[in-house]
Amino acid sequence: MNNRALQYGLVAALCALAFLMLVPFIVTFTNSFMSQTEIAIDYGAIGPDAAQGVFANLKWIPDRVSLEQYKAILLEQPQYLRMFWNSAGLVLPIVLGQAAVSAMAAYAFAKLHFPGRDKLFLVYVVTMLMPFQVTLVPNYIALDKLGLLNCAAAIILPGIFSAFGVFLLRQFLSHVPRAYIEAAKIDGAGQAFIFARIVVPLAMPGIAALFMLAFVDNWNMVEQPLLFLQDPLKQPLSLFLSRIVDGQQGVAFSAGVLYMAPMLFVFLNGEKELIQGIQLSGMKG
Amino acid sequence: MLLLRLRRLRRSDGAAAAVFLAPSVIGFSVFFLIPFAAGMYYSLVDSPVNGHFAGLANYREVLASSSFRRAARNTGWFVAVGVPVLMTFSLVLAIVLNRRLPLRRWLRTAYVMPLVIPVASVVMVWQVLFDRQGWINALMHAAAAAPVDWMQSGWARLIIVAAYVWKNAGYMMILYLAGLQSIPQEYYEAASIDGAGTVRKFRSVTLVYLTPTTVFVLMMSLMNVFKLFRETYLIAGDYPQSDIYQLQHYMNNQFQALDYQNLIAAAYVMAAAVALLAALLLRAERKFRDAVE
Repeated sequence: MNNRALQYGLVAALCALAFLMLVPFIVTFTNSFMSQTEIAIDYGAIGPDAAQGVFANLKWIPDRVSLEQYKAILLEQPQYLRMFWNSAGLVLPIVLGQAAVSAMAAYAFAKLHFPGRDKLFLVYVVTMLMPFQVTLVPNYIALDKLGLLNCAAAIILPGIFSAFGVFLLRQFLSHVPRAYIEAAKIDGAGQAFIFARIVVPLAMPGIAALFMLAFVDNWNMVEQPLLFLQDPLKQPLSLFLSRIVDGQQGVAFSAGVLYMAPMLFVFLNGEKELIQGIQLSGMKG
Repeated sequence: MLLLRLRRLRRSDGAAAAVFLAPSVIGFSVFFLIPFAAGMYYSLVDSPVNGHFAGLANYREVLASSSFRRAARNTGWFVAVGVPVLMTFSLVLAIVLNRRLPLRRWLRTAYVMPLVIPVASVVMVWQVLFDRQGWINALMHAAAAAPVDWMQSGWARLIIVAAYVWKNAGYMMILYLAGLQSIPQEYYEAASIDGAGTVRKFRSVTLVYLTPTTVFVLMMSLMNVFKLFRETYLIAGDYPQSDIYQLQHYMNNQFQALDYQNLIAAAYVMAAAVALLAALLLRAERKFRDAVE
């Protein structure tokens, strides 16, 4: 009885915490149905040119439901959709390329024997920990030498070769029992066959998790395009949103919703794989 | 016979490994390793074009610069405070969710969700809450308390830590949950027979057998604490309140100022610190594994 009450109390507290964590998402979603006039009234107090002494008024539910913001952003601001497709054009090649390149390298690190394996892997791990700024100038110079600055390739190519994918999949693959691979070898299968027909299918949940994590990380990128892709026509949506607070408040919420929609879609469809992928990556193989 | 054949097969791995590694290693070298090593040159000259050898002058200048020192101190603060706060919070969440609870799956989804919500898309909410004339100050005002300019005060770094915990707690919680579930139930039973209480069991069973997970969580938390710059940048721009000015801001601003030599010198200092931390971590983990086996 007492135990039961305690449990309900705990669940109530956990729900409150969940609600708190979802507040930014909930507010963005409900407020995306606010009219632009209502936004100007409620949130006009925010920003550099607001009058002193007035405060913003957080609204959970708009007074009147309106699709005005969506209309404004989808029909009246052609650069928004353009940047949306720019984002897709940068992120999809990165994610697909990264999955392919990382799966191959991860197989070698997890299941093949070669000299210097652990040392090379350590180099990957240390690089993975480094913030982007550490390799900023060398990266810039390399891209400049290769003539890639201001091209989509300046973002895509370094993205494909990120160390994180190799790390995650290597962790995941070390859980695949070696017996499967040895058995195929004894049957005379070549490495290409083993990789394509045994390793990749077994690594699918890990690859799915990598796909999602890399997708969200790159969909959210700010620093790289800010410095390597200065042509506004080629920039991704993340940069548009980072500037939206100044002067574009009227469409900020609908822009935010459309921006996170692909990510939420991917997450809600692949939550199981994401969680399994994260789980196994943390366990010792 | 079979063993011998296996061994012979295994010896041929080198060639296969080279093929599988080639795309990754080549790309990784071209875009990260070689440029990073070549950067050494720039850190030792006095100008990127027609520079003269300057020895360690750039390093001395960077280490003496007050903005670098402040940035390093702040980054150190985020590592020293943010990482343990995140780890403790996620461990508590994992322990609680490891019990049979109603709504457990639903709660887990809710906690993981911030991971996939791009910060840029909720920056507006951030502003509404923490702006000088934002909603929280409206509440403070209504309660007759003096409004606080949150992002320009000592609160700024706590708010950034909160954003970091918000974003990463779900990920770390899942890692801890997997770790908790891998501890055999018998260990707890054995401890009970020895008369261990809840606290004792937590200390000498849970925490001990969770060590490999903890090292991994620590590594991921460290990696993500450096990514915190993105959130700080989106919220506060190039020159934020001085407590949240991080090494990444310093390097970004040096880049804008075209001061490549100082930037690279600073980058090497930071890289060395991170590499040292990583090496210590991996060593601690190896020691632990030897001790358990």
